[in-house]
Amino acid sequence: MDLIEKSNIQDHLYAILDSIPDPEIPVISLLDLGVIRYAVESDGVVYIKMTPTYSGCPATDVMSDDIKAAFAKEGKKAEVELILSPAWSTDWISEEGLQKLEEYGIARPLSESHDKDALLGGKKLVKCPQCGSKETHLVSQFGSTPCKALFKCDDCHEPFDYFKCLK
Amino acid sequence: MNNLYNYILTIADNSLILGQRMGELCGHGPSLETDIACTNISLDLLGQVRSYYQYAAKIAGDGRTEDDIAMLRTEREYVNVLLVEQPNTDFAYTMARHFLFDVYHFLFLKELEKSKDLTLAAIATKSLKEVSYHERFTSDWIRRLGDGTEESHKRMQAAIDELWMYTDELFNPTPTEIAMAEEGIGVDITKLKPKYYETVSEVLEEATLKVPESKYFHKGGKQGVHTEHMGFLLAELQYMQRTYPNLEW
Repeated sequence: MDLIEKSNIQDHLYAILDSIPDPEIPVISLLDLGVIRYAVESDGVVYIKMTPTYSGCPATDVMSDDIKAAFAKEGKKAEVELILSPAWSTDWISEEGLQKLEEYGIARPLSESHDKDALLGGKKLVKCPQCGSKETHLVSQFGSTPCKALFKCDDCHEPFDYFKCLK
Repeated sequence: MNNLYNYILTIADNSLILGQRMGELCGHGPSLETDIACTNISLDLLGQVRSYYQYAAKIAGDGRTEDDIAMLRTEREYVNVLLVEQPNTDFAYTMARHFLFDVYHFLFLKELEKSKDLTLAAIATKSLKEVSYHERFTSDWIRRLGDGTEESHKRMQAAIDELWMYTDELFNPTPTEIAMAEEGIGVDITKLKPKYYETVSEVLEEATLKVPESKYFHKGGKQGVHTEHMGFLLAELQYMQRTYPNLEW
């Protein structure tokens, strides 16, 4: 899914937004995550609309503060509004973001049906981000954060997080 | 307006109280993995509650905040169903309580998605993605413990037998719920009843558990008349806000 077509972000605001990392997963930016849906500067104020990922995600408030701080550094005032609709989906994570996740050690979300098969059907579909093996198994559907599940690799024996498909 | 405000509370209070109950497991889960799973579920629920209460606060428009609504009402002003306030005893009971709510919650949200109120519809769509995971988690545990050892089976059957009497209340609409359903904003919960008991029975049978036949059902939560557990729960929930008014992080 092409982020740019679906969201409305002014070109000159891109760089600043891309410099703001996800509070929990610092290797990806808020732009990579796909949570910024609208960013328009008008009369000296930057209006941002953001969709939260999970309802209870504690990082949402932090993201809001980080956005305001990042723009304040550039001498701009930012107002952040949380919008619930359309609801965020893992489809909105950019391809670049997904690759950065893998390099960081978090397996990328599978398609909706494969996600179900992996999390509930015991199918070996999730690739270990450390060694690439598909001989992995689910340890828990809920990992260290609400958005991730915990897996373990049977080949290299390393545990890793899997970013759950949310659609 | 008042009807809408009250209606939001009927929806959100269930998730607040159940979220509070699951949060109590923090550090006390039977295993690290289940501890984290239960607290993540609690977090999901409380996040949904925030969305509902923020909307309610906006509607009230008198300066009250989501925190005021969550933490400063008196016992009779909470309108959650009796099921969700039942205490955490053993893990079978905790999972049974959650499962019996999850099945309803999923069916309810699927209908709320169609609400003419766009905010409620949006919250429902968002919440559904999370509640689907909850229902899968809890129904898995019903099966695992029901079709488990003699001990786990015994405990799970006892839990289902004991909690069964709280299920019917989920389908008893208050005047507010009826009015909101007629306006196309709320859900006609009476329509959810057959599918609910069908789904629950299916899982219980898969788990080799007997579906209770008792026709005695307890209610009162939606009218603010709660079981004796509610007082203790609220004492914990409200303690900090009441002891240190306007306390902030």
